[in-house]
Amino acid sequence: METNSESIQYKSEVKDLSFYYDTFNALKNVNMVLHDKKITALIGPSGCGKSTFLRCFNRMHDLYPGNRYDGEIMLYPDDVNILAENVDPIEVRMRISMVFQKPNPFPKSIYENVAYGLRVRGVKQRAILDERIETALRNAALWDEVKDRLHELAFNLSGGQQQRLCIARALATDPEILLFDEPTSALDPIATASIEELIADLKSKVTILIVTHNMQQAARVSDYTAYMYLGELIEFDVTDTIFIKPKNKQTEDYITGRFG
Amino acid sequence: MAVKSHNKAKHPGKLGYSFRRHLHERFIELLLFMSALLSVAIMLAIIAMLVKESYVFFQHVSLWEFLTDTQWTPLFDNAHYGIMPLVAGTLVSSMVALLVALPLGTIIAIYLSEFAPFTVREIAKPFLELLGGVPTVVYGYFALLFVTPLLQIIFPELPGFSLLSAGLVMGIMIIPYVSSMAEDAMRAVPMHLREGSYAMGATRFQTATRVVMPAAFSGIAAAYILGISRAIGETMVVAIAAGMQPNLTWNPMEPAATITAYIVQVSLGDLPHGSIGYQTIFAAGLTLLLMTLVFNIFGHLLRKRYREIY
Repeated sequence: METNSESIQYKSEVKDLSFYYDTFNALKNVNMVLHDKKITALIGPSGCGKSTFLRCFNRMHDLYPGNRYDGEIMLYPDDVNILAENVDPIEVRMRISMVFQKPNPFPKSIYENVAYGLRVRGVKQRAILDERIETALRNAALWDEVKDRLHELAFNLSGGQQQRLCIARALATDPEILLFDEPTSALDPIATASIEELIADLKSKVTILIVTHNMQQAARVSDYTAYMYLGELIEFDVTDTIFIKPKNKQTEDYITGRFG
Repeated sequence: MAVKSHNKAKHPGKLGYSFRRHLHERFIELLLFMSALLSVAIMLAIIAMLVKESYVFFQHVSLWEFLTDTQWTPLFDNAHYGIMPLVAGTLVSSMVALLVALPLGTIIAIYLSEFAPFTVREIAKPFLELLGGVPTVVYGYFALLFVTPLLQIIFPELPGFSLLSAGLVMGIMIIPYVSSMAEDAMRAVPMHLREGSYAMGATRFQTATRVVMPAAFSGIAAAYILGISRAIGETMVVAIAAGMQPNLTWNPMEPAATITAYIVQVSLGDLPHGSIGYQTIFAAGLTLLLMTLVFNIFGHLLRKRYREIY
């Protein structure tokens, strides 16, 4: 990893982030960074707040009343706090995409699913759509499987293909950060392997933050790993360090399976 | 085999056949079957009655005359038996009603399902349902005594009875049926689909129209079909506010009778049973049934084609 701190490129920096579902304090004073064009994994037992944390990055919590953020998530190089009141969550979501736990293609054709993000941004020219959709599907390693049936309903695809379609959908708008919320938990091992491979390939194009409850997955795909427990960030470091010699006893217990 | 005999030895008699439980199960099954059968049987009985009585009618009047004659005057000395004026009245009033009910019902459903805060929905829904609970005869007088005079301010040439006025009020009456069914269909769309849309940077309205509505299409279609059936079958409003003279017209500004209004008129009159005039209501009723049947079959096909896909 980077040795010289001057050369370290942060895509985002989380400063004293706390989050509340009404009165429940789900995140407590989290501080960490996302390295540019790297994969950062969030691990921890169920209910530790890792998905809650992930969903702060695209302001997903704004959809439901009673949620409250405290602290900052800085986005670079803009140097903007994306949690600020005057930042429109829609603007944030246009630059930070998300892939969900369960594949959630829209009730539309494969083509229109990938086109969705572009269409809501007002892109209408067929040539641009065609090109962006092909690129996105290629980047999601799905193009060869679907190029002859782009206008079929997306539900006809298998679970793994649907998830890659959702990744293509998220990629079509050229996001700066891609959020993955346990993207393989609803998939079989073969589909999981192909998604993991895909995520690793995407690193060259986009900064990735991935929530996973599968520690092997975190070890396999990520460059950095954060261990969370009960809404707190216990340890954040280079993935190898976390898995080989974690500094914190709690992290070690979790990694070695003595807990969690 | 060895395992089986082992179990048998351990729990003697536990794997036996309980005649009582079996009988009880069968009895409940039968009861449920009979209840289901009852509704089918009533439907068949209605169809049988309509067909039987219509058969008598068609002994006197040819099907050709029934379908092509442009006048419906079965009670006059110079009797004509053309159903078209009544069909036209039914279609025009229904069309006006649906032009009100479908768009408004859909908009209300979108608002309640996707936009309204919890408290607004909790207050608005009972009011909407109340709208559906008002007796139709009240709507009829509302059309005749309130809406018609109001419309006459805009269209001074509008007669006292008109398909327009009846249709508009009928549309208002149907709104709650359409909106509540469409809203249920949209609310049943899973949250993860909406979140997927929001996560792509879509607005609430884009999410509602581009993701939620297509996903809920079959339920919304069912709501529309219900609305159409209600409009075609509605009786009191058109009987009171649209006038009762059969009139072959496609102009909503004119008075006209619908099939239902005619049936009410004749049923309430004192025509002798068995007379040809009396038989007409069965032929008219059969026509009405066929019309709603066509829409229902169409709706069924539509729903089968686009069943809930999420």
